[in-house]
Amino acid sequence: MYNFDVETPGTVADAVAAIGRDEAQALGGGQTLIPTLKQRLASPSVLVSLSGIAEMKGVCMGDDGRLCIGGATTHATVAREAAQYPALAAMASHIGDPAVRNRGTIGGSLANNDPSACYPAGVLGSGATVVTNTREIASDEYFQGMFDTALEEGEIITEVRFPIPEAANYQKFVQPASRFALVGVFVAKFSGGVRVAVTGASEEGVFRWSEAEAALSSDFSTGAIDGLSLSGEGMISDLHGTGAYRAHLVGVMTKRAVDAAA
Amino acid sequence: MPKDGGIGASSKRREDVRFLTGAGNYTDDINIHGQAHVFFLRSDIAHGTITGIDTSAAQGMPGVVKIFTGADFEAVGGMPCGWQVTDKHGAPMQEPRHPILAHGKVRHVGEPIAAVVADTLEQARDAAEAISVEIDELPAVVDMKAAVASDNVKVHDDLTSNLCYDWGFVEENKAATDEAFKKAAHVTTLELVNNRLVANPMEPRVAVGDYARGTDESTLYTTSQNPHVIRLLMGAFVLGIPEHKLRVVAPDVGGGFGTKIFHYQEEAFCTFAAKACNRAVKWTSSRSEAFMSDAHGRDHVTKIELALDAENNFTAVRTETYANMGAYLSTFAPSIPTWLHGTLMAGNYKTPLIYVNVKAVFTNTVPVDAYRGAGRPEATFQLERVIDKAARELGVDPVELRRQNFITEFPYATPVAVEYDTGDYHATMDKVLELSDRAGFAARRAASEAKGKLRGFGINCFIEACGIAPSNLVGQLGARAGLYESATVRVNATGGLVVMTGSHSHGQGHETAFPQVIADMIGIDESMIEVVHGDTANTPMGMGTYGSRSIAVGGSAMVRATEKIIAKAKKIASHLLEASESDIELKDGAFSVAGTDKSVAWGDVTLAAYVPHNYPLEDIEPGLEETAFYDPSNFTYPAGAYTCEVEVDPATGEVSIERFASADDFGNVVNPMIVEGQVHGGIAQGIGQALLENCSYDENGQLLTASYMDYTMPRADNLPQMDHYVVDHSCQTPCTHNPLGVKGCGEAGAIGSPPTVINAIIDALQSGGHRVDHIDMPATPARVWAAMHG
Repeated sequence: MYNFDVETPGTVADAVAAIGRDEAQALGGGQTLIPTLKQRLASPSVLVSLSGIAEMKGVCMGDDGRLCIGGATTHATVAREAAQYPALAAMASHIGDPAVRNRGTIGGSLANNDPSACYPAGVLGSGATVVTNTREIASDEYFQGMFDTALEEGEIITEVRFPIPEAANYQKFVQPASRFALVGVFVAKFSGGVRVAVTGASEEGVFRWSEAEAALSSDFSTGAIDGLSLSGEGMISDLHGTGAYRAHLVGVMTKRAVDAAA
Repeated sequence: MPKDGGIGASSKRREDVRFLTGAGNYTDDINIHGQAHVFFLRSDIAHGTITGIDTSAAQGMPGVVKIFTGADFEAVGGMPCGWQVTDKHGAPMQEPRHPILAHGKVRHVGEPIAAVVADTLEQARDAAEAISVEIDELPAVVDMKAAVASDNVKVHDDLTSNLCYDWGFVEENKAATDEAFKKAAHVTTLELVNNRLVANPMEPRVAVGDYARGTDESTLYTTSQNPHVIRLLMGAFVLGIPEHKLRVVAPDVGGGFGTKIFHYQEEAFCTFAAKACNRAVKWTSSRSEAFMSDAHGRDHVTKIELALDAENNFTAVRTETYANMGAYLSTFAPSIPTWLHGTLMAGNYKTPLIYVNVKAVFTNTVPVDAYRGAGRPEATFQLERVIDKAARELGVDPVELRRQNFITEFPYATPVAVEYDTGDYHATMDKVLELSDRAGFAARRAASEAKGKLRGFGINCFIEACGIAPSNLVGQLGARAGLYESATVRVNATGGLVVMTGSHSHGQGHETAFPQVIADMIGIDESMIEVVHGDTANTPMGMGTYGSRSIAVGGSAMVRATEKIIAKAKKIASHLLEASESDIELKDGAFSVAGTDKSVAWGDVTLAAYVPHNYPLEDIEPGLEETAFYDPSNFTYPAGAYTCEVEVDPATGEVSIERFASADDFGNVVNPMIVEGQVHGGIAQGIGQALLENCSYDENGQLLTASYMDYTMPRADNLPQMDHYVVDHSCQTPCTHNPLGVKGCGEAGAIGSPPTVINAIIDALQSGGHRVDHIDMPATPARVWAAMHG
């Protein structure tokens, strides 16, 4: 690591001000940033920790029936407290290991938008809304590609609001070494239709599998997607699986998610 | 009845109290007043010519003590290789110079180019970033067959080619073996890869060099399995320090698995730099450095052929292996694919003709050397896989094909130069089939199929050669070291003992098991015996721990030294008891005169040895301390039979190990609990190789699996539940040539398990109608799925 200073503001306003300064970097749970610093691949002069901001922490039900999760809420807290949305709580309970879940945060995961992370699938699959210090961003607009989001410089995720589906499930097939998602599929059935979001597979990051959504919206059963398949084109191909293998797994995991949700 | 002490008792590991309560003393725990820290600037290029190193900007940076480059080491030796292999034409292997810091060229990613010694590690790292290294990148060669086929890319310009040696064994058998293949009723051929592994001991390597200017003495604290070997190699061949001015200490070591046998550049550097800087110099490997600087393991590409007659008797085996040496020869690298591999190709079978060809190849990768099993897993994997394939081709039961060809009479001289002293392969086969409930497999397969899974049963036999010896033979085979072991037993005046062993414990439990042996010999409590190891200053010259040799060779040395102690103590006792020495008996910690009630306690005799008031000073010296060096007359030959049941998810290719059973013959067993732990751990590593672990380079020599994000270590949930993870060592044919009748157990699990797992996977896939003959390790979900849809 290079030397840096740490600030721990107590309010969103103070955090925004601190991040606005030169060479400042927001720090969520640090599950990506700290290893990056240890490898000397980043050299911010100030780390602005978001972990001291009470208004960004916790899980609650909004008046509109949506589940609201503060941006600095850890995966462990979501796993424990998001009982109103069991599929989301279950997903959070299988991110990383206990140490990761006790430090990593939903806001940090979404701001980083790792192509193999779980939360992007949960958020996009739920059609959730990402709330920042300046605006609300629909999930369909938020994710813009691998490690790329709609966030502007200095913008902080303060909260994420999830509509609660009638049924939902997340299926993750892990990359054996890192145990990130080699392919993860989040399926959510709402009265207005079904959403299917896929992480781990695409070179473009998390995406919605629209053919499966259409088929499942008219018939929420595994049989509905029997004939559907994705191409390996544009899928990640690496040591742990070819694009074709990932494309195949998307189908398998989608069926398993539908099975588990139905 | 389980014993509560002595040989055969599951005494709890006394060393675990300190390991598990944070009271261990590992090399990184050693901090010397005024010590500096070194950071190695390592190559991120696999192959290139160094055209310039500019350290001027780094020299004046805060905390910098001294910066070293390859030019600083021109006056000292290169890293030595401890084994010279002679090729099939009688010529010595090609042996390149292996510099402490790269000089002229870099030859693998991770090779150290420069070293910065500074007050703190962070300062050293800061300064290293200010060093400018100019390298003209050259094409890299990673693929072994390409490296041999063409000299377009030569790893070492001063060698004639990338071929280290082309070894034939036994060359005199080649023509007869070829003839047997022509006459064979059936030939089964298999091409396979034994995947490259990274050992990944929990404790990364550490070296602390210290220098005492007043006495001109150097000390190296290091994470080694064999401190005396390091002292000899580094002192005599690298730095030119006589052994009486050099002390090497390997304190508590957190796992070795082979990769801490070897003498590494960082050890020589820290010892050299401590003198040059007149300060202690410390290096602690990061995990990232470990991936690209610890010697890797395995990495063979093999074609094996098995010839059978019309009655399915094995008539000949022929194999051709390309063995990766990496960019340089690590300390014992040349011996692994030859003498520890070719000599095992008979396995458990009476195949009359065997010919082994091994081509050792230089590539732009990290050096490869011994890793748990070292050559024996590679031999077992190819032999047991080809037998399984032959059984399938012939439509016979793989168990029966093996049984039909078992060696049943001992001693048995194999056609590959070794003589098995004892064994009973039918007994271990019977045992493992009983433990694994093979009879119930059909019902379990049906249950798996009912939930959409494929289930397979894998069987495997293995033999290993442990306690490599004797020294005069290995000398003829090219070893540049002896392979004896030593022990000094020092009895204190009040009756307690200290065993100073040349063996080294880095997880094996010597501090518990060795005292069990002496406790039985003398009849005293284990708690009266302490084991000291790991420090050249207070242990006799010893060869250390590897190759499952500690109890068989080190334990035997300890027995011999204790026998000397007992012989002398009997003389003292005969004096005290005023009886003839031949009438003195030692039992339960007391010496008595046969046929009388006269006796004297162990403690009275030991006290007399050191307070010799009533003592036969005219006949024997005071004191009670003896040393023995034990050089075995042969290897030991543990053997066993393993079974595995897997479930394969045909939708994803995922394999889960549902059951695993092992029946090992280790000869006599000193501590069953420790033995079972060794086998459980060995099998876990073998399952790691079979399903998970793979060290992978791209075509430019970049290491793709350089962290745990991509290199998959086995975890608890990759292994079967404990009630279906059965290890058994009840089949015992004691070794005939060492005093304890022991054979060694450290590597068995890692040798026997990989083919067992792959055999089970193939059986599962075949049961599902997939005509898959082989899957290369690791059998990851992606590979299994691809094989099913290939």
